[in-house]
Amino acid sequence: MAHAAVSLPEQPRQRVTFDAHPDRYRHWKLSFDGPVATLTMDVNEDGGLRPGYKLKLNSYDLGVDIELYDALQRIRFEHPDVRTIVLTSAKDRIFCSGANIFMLGLSSHAWKVNFCKFTNETRNGMEDSSRHSGLKFLAACNGTTAGGGYELALACDEILLIDDRSAAVSLPEVPLLGVLPGTGGLTRLTDKRKVRRDYADIFCTVTEGVRAPRAKEWRLIDDFAKPQQFAGAVRRRALELAELSDRPQGTPGIELTPLARRIDEGGYHYRHVNVQIDATARTATLTVNAPATAQRGDLAAILAAGVDWWPLAMARELDDAILMLRSNDLEIGTWILKTRGDSERVLAVDEALAVHAGNWFVRETVGMLRRTLARLDVSSRTLFAVIDSGSCFAGTLLELALAADRSYMLSAPERADAPRVALSPLNFGAYETVARRSRIDSRFYAEVQPIARARETVGRSLSTEAALELGLITAAPDALDWADEIRIAVEERSSLSPDALTGMEASLRFGAAETMETRIFGRLSAWQNWIFIRPNAVGEAGALKVFGSGNKARFNWERV
Amino acid sequence: MNIDYDQKIPNNVELAGDKVLQRALEHWQPEFLSWWREMGPEGSNGFDVYLRTATSVDQAGWAQFGYVKMPDYRWGIFLNPATPDRKISFGAHRGEPAWQEVPGEYRSNLRRIIVTQGDTEPASVEQQRHLGLTCPSMYDLRNLFQVNVEEGRHLWAMVYLLHRYFGRDGREEAEALLGRRSGDADNPRILGAFNERTPDWLSFFMFTFFTDRDGKFQLSALTESAFDPLARTTRFMLTEEGHHMFVGRNGIRRIIERTAEMMVRERTDDPARLRACGVIDLPTIQRYLNFHSSVTVDLFGSDLSSNAATFYTTGLKGRFREERIADDHVLKEATYPILDVSTGELVGRDAPALNALNERLRDDFVADSIAGVEAWNVALDKRGVEFRLVVPHKAFNRQIGPLAGVRISPQGRVVTAAGWEAHVREWLPTAEDRGFVQSLMGRVVEPGKFANWISPPSAGINGQPVECEYVRFN
Repeated sequence: MAHAAVSLPEQPRQRVTFDAHPDRYRHWKLSFDGPVATLTMDVNEDGGLRPGYKLKLNSYDLGVDIELYDALQRIRFEHPDVRTIVLTSAKDRIFCSGANIFMLGLSSHAWKVNFCKFTNETRNGMEDSSRHSGLKFLAACNGTTAGGGYELALACDEILLIDDRSAAVSLPEVPLLGVLPGTGGLTRLTDKRKVRRDYADIFCTVTEGVRAPRAKEWRLIDDFAKPQQFAGAVRRRALELAELSDRPQGTPGIELTPLARRIDEGGYHYRHVNVQIDATARTATLTVNAPATAQRGDLAAILAAGVDWWPLAMARELDDAILMLRSNDLEIGTWILKTRGDSERVLAVDEALAVHAGNWFVRETVGMLRRTLARLDVSSRTLFAVIDSGSCFAGTLLELALAADRSYMLSAPERADAPRVALSPLNFGAYETVARRSRIDSRFYAEVQPIARARETVGRSLSTEAALELGLITAAPDALDWADEIRIAVEERSSLSPDALTGMEASLRFGAAETMETRIFGRLSAWQNWIFIRPNAVGEAGALKVFGSGNKARFNWERV
Repeated sequence: MNIDYDQKIPNNVELAGDKVLQRALEHWQPEFLSWWREMGPEGSNGFDVYLRTATSVDQAGWAQFGYVKMPDYRWGIFLNPATPDRKISFGAHRGEPAWQEVPGEYRSNLRRIIVTQGDTEPASVEQQRHLGLTCPSMYDLRNLFQVNVEEGRHLWAMVYLLHRYFGRDGREEAEALLGRRSGDADNPRILGAFNERTPDWLSFFMFTFFTDRDGKFQLSALTESAFDPLARTTRFMLTEEGHHMFVGRNGIRRIIERTAEMMVRERTDDPARLRACGVIDLPTIQRYLNFHSSVTVDLFGSDLSSNAATFYTTGLKGRFREERIADDHVLKEATYPILDVSTGELVGRDAPALNALNERLRDDFVADSIAGVEAWNVALDKRGVEFRLVVPHKAFNRQIGPLAGVRISPQGRVVTAAGWEAHVREWLPTAEDRGFVQSLMGRVVEPGKFANWISPPSAGINGQPVECEYVRFN
């Protein structure tokens, strides 16, 4: 194995994109059999996203996970009749050995964090689809299931392990690498699978993990099967899970065509979303445009529009923009969120989203919006919403302002083009954050009265003064103050420590509620990221650095 | 609203075309006037006063004389003309273009500097508001009022910066400048020294000599600021600050001359006999000097200050005559001597120059004070009086910094508590001193007449005779 103790230079770096298509997958195979889709992991050793490491033993890097994300999206939209997704491996006696350690050893801290964030979001997205869209997930662990491999299994509804006397599930990060599982492993053990803490303690400190019968006893897996019975057991359970789903049958899907995206010096440009980067000011202005034309609200028209239906097209573009900015523009610390267009059209779309909520495509579109908006909440960037003339922060798009750390709304009561905002029913539950609450709910700490007052205004166009009074916006500078007020706020923000801001924003964003997801992200930020920069992990003799080199890690034994 | 702003508020900041500023002033100016009526010179609102008004920054305009009722005084907004392509001369941004807007990164510290400076201006008006009732002459009364209206204008200068560059936050701070009250226990002015009353004219002259000199040094340090509007505003303020120091310098000199005259006539230096003659003996003047000098020295802040270091490095506040100093103007490695007490003695030790910037400005101030006091000694010498007034050691009577709590004589010797008690009546004004000075304070307002304890000036204002009716009481 290669020695991993040298870091690659950070610059020049190739821009990462999240574009993928099943025809071009290098690491996954996607197959369909009735209501069951099988996602088979078959990682190409030489297919790493960056040079310097081999993806042995079905280990993954960001490139592998980008394909996984794409596959899930395609199942959601292109294959509505799929009810169960089986995750398994094409390798012999190995399911997945987790994130590639040499990749981690070569990566900058920022890369590791961003990688973990994306993989977490993908796994949260699987659970989100199970909860909201009737997509059930079965991990068919046909061999060693280690580290991130087991975390992938944990994100499934059920885990089936092959019982060949050698396959085990394990979280060997602590004993092997001196770090923590980075994709929610510890938290899902407790919160989701309710593994008793003393068993969990043992499980997380033995490199060899736990094999079949005991793994079930300890709730680490749901079931196991002998090699001869394994395929049948997987099939049987997959079909049983499919019974629990309300996904449609015999319905054609909506093809996810490639995004029309233009990249230039100034940023990322899409049809409905535009990202303008100011490298000197270290800001990006994300502008989301309302539908350019009135959108028909009947189901036939929605299905006919398909991938071009505004809420889906916009969500896909916004999703891509967020991912591009997070991965490629680390120093762009402040995102200024803007909207442009006709609020009425946005509200009309919201109405269609609500009226047809039972339709699989509309439901998937709402899910896509929900997961995309939830990415904002966990992005380690300052979010300022700027609600100016010509904006359309209404309903779904108001979520952008509600997701922001602060929102500034122009006060110009005498002007005909004074900005307005509006709430729609979708602001009250459709778009849960990772705290599994609506942003309105989080904003008001679930207090009844302010939420009720906000709800009374649903559908009404609200002036700046009304929005301020309702507590929907932060500040309302008038036209004379507007430009300076925002310039100074942004400049001041941009001058603060990026680390402190990341911690502060994450601490303030989710209200008082904790969920498994908030704990996963919180612990990732607080513990894993601390451990990731400590010499015991990444120093010259740190466990992560020396892994595979034959050298023994040397620790500073002080407990902190 | 159709207001001729340029007529009402003389300015060179294009107020007539600046909606942001107009809106802020429409609200603030009436509040300022009501503050002035309430807290300005007592009983003076109906007087016509022969005042200097600045109507522009050029030679012709900066000193326009005429009779004006103080509430109608045309408080203006003036910046020194811009230096084209001015560059930042110190700190981490040295060599970069000066800032024409507030950088968001430094908003908070700049606001704090401007608010702290701004707060002293109305504070001194409040401190001095009763002095008109005990003025020694109409000439001095007019000078007091001139100082007062100009402190008012300096408030305007700082408020301009808050209004123009700090948005809503700045407007709120500008309003708060009118809300605090000197000496109000619940709502005091920011700096301690500006909450003390100015009880008599000897104090007033000492205040204008020393405390306005502190103003000169603070303003000078701000004229170096990377924030160009602050630099230009304070540069113009300095021309007016010069007049305030003139009032103090000449006021004290005239008191000394009168005392010297009496000492020669009566052939005595006995304080009791001189007091009986109705003049202020020189040891009492020295004690007042000691008090005001030491209180003002404290205004420069702690000897070692991280704020001062931050303000310098970030380009907000420079040193006195920054550009004339021959060093790197970054001061990362430099040291500067500060005072410490070690085994019962004051000793110098080198401290990081960045942290010692308050001390450096204090030293510049002390040197300037010594030169000013020397001019008084020349006046004594001329009249054959041997007594010499001395600026006390900068460590004397300190309430701020590491020397606070250490007892140090005016000569700079560390003394015991007992030693301090034994001599403090020689060093600082006593209640009797203050009572005596107070007893001299009667009101003299007949044109050309002067109280017994002070000589007339050698010349009047703006070429007017000394006996001119500078204030018409109507």
